Amino acid sequence: MIEARGLTKDYGSKRAVDDLTFTVKPGVVTGFLGPNGSGKSTTMRLALCLDRPTAGDVTVNGTHYRNHAAPLHEVGALLEARSVHTGRSAYNHLLALAQTQGISRKRVDLLVDFVGLHDVARKRAGQFSLGMGQRLGIAAALLGDPATLLLDEPSNGLDPEGIHWIRNLLRSLAAEGRTVFVSSHLMSEMALTADHVIVIGRGKLIADTSVDEFVRMASGSAVRVRSPQAGALSELVAGDGVIVASPQPGMLEIRGLAAEKIGETAAAHGIVLHELTGMQASLEDAFMELTRGDVEYKSGEEIAA
Amino acid sequence: MSSASTAVAIPQLQDHGRVTQLRVALSEWTKLHSLRSTRRSLLVAVILTIVLPCLFASILSSRWGHLGPGERADHARHPLEVATAGVNLSQLAIAVLGVLVITGEYSTGMIRSTFIAVPKRLPVLWAKTGVYALVVAALMVPSVLAGYFASQAILSRHHILQVPFSDHGVARAVLGAALFLVLVGVFALAIGAIVRNTAGGIATFAAIFFVIPPLMNILPSSWNNAISQYLPSNAGRSVFALTHDAHSLRPLPGILLFAGYCAAALATAAVLLVRRDT
Repeated sequence: MIEARGLTKDYGSKRAVDDLTFTVKPGVVTGFLGPNGSGKSTTMRLALCLDRPTAGDVTVNGTHYRNHAAPLHEVGALLEARSVHTGRSAYNHLLALAQTQGISRKRVDLLVDFVGLHDVARKRAGQFSLGMGQRLGIAAALLGDPATLLLDEPSNGLDPEGIHWIRNLLRSLAAEGRTVFVSSHLMSEMALTADHVIVIGRGKLIADTSVDEFVRMASGSAVRVRSPQAGALSELVAGDGVIVASPQPGMLEIRGLAAEKIGETAAAHGIVLHELTGMQASLEDAFMELTRGDVEYKSGEEIAA
Repeated sequence: MSSASTAVAIPQLQDHGRVTQLRVALSEWTKLHSLRSTRRSLLVAVILTIVLPCLFASILSSRWGHLGPGERADHARHPLEVATAGVNLSQLAIAVLGVLVITGEYSTGMIRSTFIAVPKRLPVLWAKTGVYALVVAALMVPSVLAGYFASQAILSRHHILQVPFSDHGVARAVLGAALFLVLVGVFALAIGAIVRNTAGGIATFAAIFFVIPPLMNILPSSWNNAISQYLPSNAGRSVFALTHDAHSLRPLPGILLFAGYCAAALATAAVLLVRRDT
């Protein structure tokens, strides 16, 4: 369980995280989405007490992360930035972390095998590929058998097999009742992995909802129409709350009007239709649309001021 | 690896405990000895501390016949200078490693993993300091003793240069040299924790230890005499000088003052460590 209340962080004059309030619940995979620089990594660092919030508060499993007696048993974390000494072997890296709270060598061996680093565990971590580095980070995150996982871009640098593995791992961890909070810029990956999404843009909360609801919310009800009389149809359907776009000649994308209504209007005016398709937006489309909205809102605000 | 299966079996943990100071110290010991740079720096420090006194003793012994009476008397007045000659160089190796013990974590990002495992942070600073001090002591006490006895053996023909271990102040000076090196390590580590950058940490240490003291000679001698003895390097070195002039601290006040500088630097590092973002 992760709870943020009015969480805000300034770096100098730049506001990285702006009044975020959300709760990440156990038992499901919660995706954390946002464009680059939107404050995802900062939020995770604040949750881990690596940085101090300027205002507001974030707790993990009921208290500030700093207060836990066995931190690695509470939270397993994988940060996007490299967090391993390049001169130390993978095994010794994990051992040093394990020893801080009495986790055994046996457990270290087990996790080395679990993430598939057995053959390179004695090699210096500086020689690792990005994918191997991610596996090492995941082993570190799982060392303490944590109740909550906080993973920043875990599939970064993994090959397709590794991405498949991470997806199953995250779902299994959630199925065991753990809290799984995972950031990603790969929307298609999140669509397959996450049950719930928290979306931020420019440090602000944009959405906190289920994946299905998020897609529904953002897609509106776009309908694709192909017609030799596209121009005429476009004028006929125009009205309040209806947005008509023409991505190419003879094709319209109409939002704010149901497919049935468009078909009826076309029939009433004798307009020939070659296609009338309700479009289901992907998570990616939904994300693009919602974050674009945020940007537009921001610039509108600036003009008003 | 069970990548093909849909369910992934996550190994359960049987044994987990809380973070304790002793466990963090064990972790820091693992970190220290598992790096090649540590082993090399410490090896260099050991070799310098033992080999340099032997080298100087050999040169002095072979050239003794060519020295004038004034020069001989000079050497006789400072008989331990040869035995502790290595300290002047090994202090640099120990200081550089002391800085690296902490800045190496900042430059690689390891510090984030460290503070995620020990989010209270201060146990890490105490553990790093304690483990490094113990390691330096464990290596440097035998090294300075070896340097002393070996150089004395090489100079055995020159009775005027013999300073038996049982003579007044000799044991204090020889073992004091090891204590000085331990404190140099602690001081450098604290500077590393404050500066958080390898180049900056080493430069800061070098400025305090090697640049500021000779600069004092530019001051009027009354000022120089009043100030210089209180500089960290001079205060610390007084513990392994066998003779003391009017403008240098006695061994005990000297080493205590240097220990005080170390404590102040560590306290500053501790306050910053807890307050700063990582």
